[in-house]
Amino acid sequence: MSTAKEWLLDQSPSSKLQASMGSSYRMMRQLVRNPLAVIGILILLILVLAAIFAPIIAPHSPMGQNLGARLLPPSTEYWMGTDELGRDIFSRIIYGARITLVIVTLVAVISAPLGLLIGAISGYFGGWTDKVLMGITDVFLSMPKLILALAFVAALGPGIENAIIAIAITSWPAYARISRAETLTFRNSEFISAMRLLGASHARIITRHILPLCTSSVIVRVTLDMAGIILTAAGLGFLGLGAQPPLPEWGAMISRGRTFILDQWWVATMPGFAIILVSLGFCFLGDGLRDVLDPKQRGS
Amino acid sequence: MSAISLKNLDVSYGHNKVVTGVNIDVAEGESFALVGESGSGKSTVLKAIAGLAPEWTGEISLLGQSRSHMVERSSAKQCQMVFQDPYGSLHPRKSVDTVLMEPLMVHGIGNRNARVMEMLAAVGLDKRFRFRFPHQLSGGQRQRVAIARALILEPKVMLLDEPTSALDVSVQAEILNLLKKLRREQDLTYLMVTHNLPVVSFMCDRMAVMNKGRIVEIASASALHDGGFIDPYSLSLYAASGGNPDKKDTE
Amino acid sequence: MTLPLLEMENLRVSFPTPSGRVDVVKGLSFTLGRERLGIVGESGSGKSMTGRAIMRLVRRPGQQIADKMIFDGIDLQAQSEREMRHLRGARVSMVMQDPKFSLNPVMTVGAQIIEALKTHERLGRKDMKARMIEMLHSVRINDPERVINLYPHEVSGGMGQRIMIAMMLIPKPDLLIADEPTSALDVSVQAQVLELIDELVRDKGMSLILISHDLNLVARYCDRILVMHAGEVVESCAAKDLHKATHPYTRGLLAAVPKMEEDRDQLPVLDRSAWSGT
Repeated sequence: MSTAKEWLLDQSPSSKLQASMGSSYRMMRQLVRNPLAVIGILILLILVLAAIFAPIIAPHSPMGQNLGARLLPPSTEYWMGTDELGRDIFSRIIYGARITLVIVTLVAVISAPLGLLIGAISGYFGGWTDKVLMGITDVFLSMPKLILALAFVAALGPGIENAIIAIAITSWPAYARISRAETLTFRNSEFISAMRLLGASHARIITRHILPLCTSSVIVRVTLDMAGIILTAAGLGFLGLGAQPPLPEWGAMISRGRTFILDQWWVATMPGFAIILVSLGFCFLGDGLRDVLDPKQRGS
Repeated sequence: MSAISLKNLDVSYGHNKVVTGVNIDVAEGESFALVGESGSGKSTVLKAIAGLAPEWTGEISLLGQSRSHMVERSSAKQCQMVFQDPYGSLHPRKSVDTVLMEPLMVHGIGNRNARVMEMLAAVGLDKRFRFRFPHQLSGGQRQRVAIARALILEPKVMLLDEPTSALDVSVQAEILNLLKKLRREQDLTYLMVTHNLPVVSFMCDRMAVMNKGRIVEIASASALHDGGFIDPYSLSLYAASGGNPDKKDTE
Repeated sequence: MTLPLLEMENLRVSFPTPSGRVDVVKGLSFTLGRERLGIVGESGSGKSMTGRAIMRLVRRPGQQIADKMIFDGIDLQAQSEREMRHLRGARVSMVMQDPKFSLNPVMTVGAQIIEALKTHERLGRKDMKARMIEMLHSVRINDPERVINLYPHEVSGGMGQRIMIAMMLIPKPDLLIADEPTSALDVSVQAQVLELIDELVRDKGMSLILISHDLNLVARYCDRILVMHAGEVVESCAAKDLHKATHPYTRGLLAAVPKMEEDRDQLPVLDRSAWSGT
């Protein structure tokens, strides 16, 4: 154990692998020292485990209706009660973790690289490229996220895939702005000039030298945005434009529970708790990541 | 054939003309200095030669070939540059190894491992520094890495932009010795920008004194020994740098 | 000369690191009379921290302690932060390296000098302005009436540093600490600024602590020199005896500077193992 640690923290690593593993180990150690970040990691770990092992954890079927057990309050049989069709809310929330995770992951995978690349290109080349790209970005930024997503879903038709696409389309401009701002701070720096003199192409400089420096701030921002993405997805679901019944999407579940909120409070509240908890988890993790990754705080 | 030849070079940034009518001929194997105070345009001349200041008129030729206004891939193997700030000239997330490997990959040069090791040895860096990141290196070590990066494509001409002004005197001595040794061993031509006249005296054969974007005088480095400058500006610069004790008290 | 102006005994400045507190100044002692003292060292030698420690300006999480730190009969360590503020500027002033960072960018030069004066003295408007103009004249600014209405970005580096000096000297301090006052300036301006400091120090009978990395410069403008390395004083001598320095570090530093009439093929390099073992 101690030798592995020494190997990782060696000041003079003897291979590329050791050097990169050493620096990620140092980052991990710093992250784990932050208690809030650890709570965030735990929450998200639970989310992932729930999604993977949903069939084992869930005591009931998420779709199976039992009209004899409608709107039952939380009990030992139904931990979070049942909804208006007699489905177990706890099981639905567990299965809903899968949907949430899919939405969040796909949105991040689509929008972050897109925003990152557009921002880096815009900042690196400047001039007209910058004006045009940032003009487009501003058009997207100027519209409220949920409204824009609504418009897209209305055009594409309701459904979870379209909701994902709509959210991705609305969230990239923020990442483009961040990555452009980061790029501007070092586009005239000497290490970029040196690479140009060594004959590296623009594409190589952007992908190998500029993107790695922008990624960390975008990662932080994406993590912090996850909460917003979940809420937007839930909002679309609530309005009936996201996941369609009987899919156990958390937002849609709240929407259905709205009718009974005064008498059977648990139907809407339980999925609400799930959303808040996961959003909080992402926020904590994002904050912790910022402390570790932000190059401005790390110093040189 | 001269290594660097500048004819009627004017350089501007936007509407600002910073360099006017510069004519220099640097012979192959020569070490030539551009000296002057801040704002004299000396660094701009260097940037124009490197291709980093594209707004120029006149003629720049490198090893007999005139150069275009852009950064060219072909000139990478002829001419390289070492920058002033050892903290700003290395990518903060790239290890020494990556920094040295990359130019070789860009130009498809083989036998990279051996070349990197050889280069590290040439600039006096132990092999245990190979996988370190810039934040694990001192200023002098970073500057050695920057020199190694510039030399790994085996250029003939080196542009040095105040390579030691950000370093402590004892480290400066090491880097100056290294640059001198490398020039001797690899037959390099140096064009060095500096405000430090004693450094010129140690490193260079000839120098051009610049003031307000123009060259006021081209002199041999021996002028630093006897104060043999003609132009009044060169003389005052020489005196201010503590040159001739007799002239120290003149305004 | 009666009492020394500043007595410093066993000054330690430490900063926390992941592996415990590390001393950047390790037991520094000196006394300063009405004289010009030079502190020389390379980066990381603790010379700037020494300067800051005299002003009690070592920033957290740094800590400073000394057995004795007495300025003109006042025990600096016993002073409250409020009392220190009265001392700073009024009796001890500091000129920093780069005027661009030491002047407030959104205030005119004149307003800043007035501000400096106001905190230490009560004077009428007219008197203050007269004092300011007089001070700017004495730092050889020819048209002070125009300069006082300029913003810091509108003045050159040399002018900015002269304004800084005027600002620091206007409350007539007893001790001026100049931390690399000219290393951001061109050589020709450098000499002017240093000669100006020198002249003012002589005329007004102030003491000066000049902190710099440049041995020759310090030797030219000071009476006495302390050479620092790794937080300790390795050599203390009169400026005129600098060339007779005995410590290998001082000798190494002196030899490593290129000379104007350079004829050595190689510069001697410091052999750091020679003394860092202690």
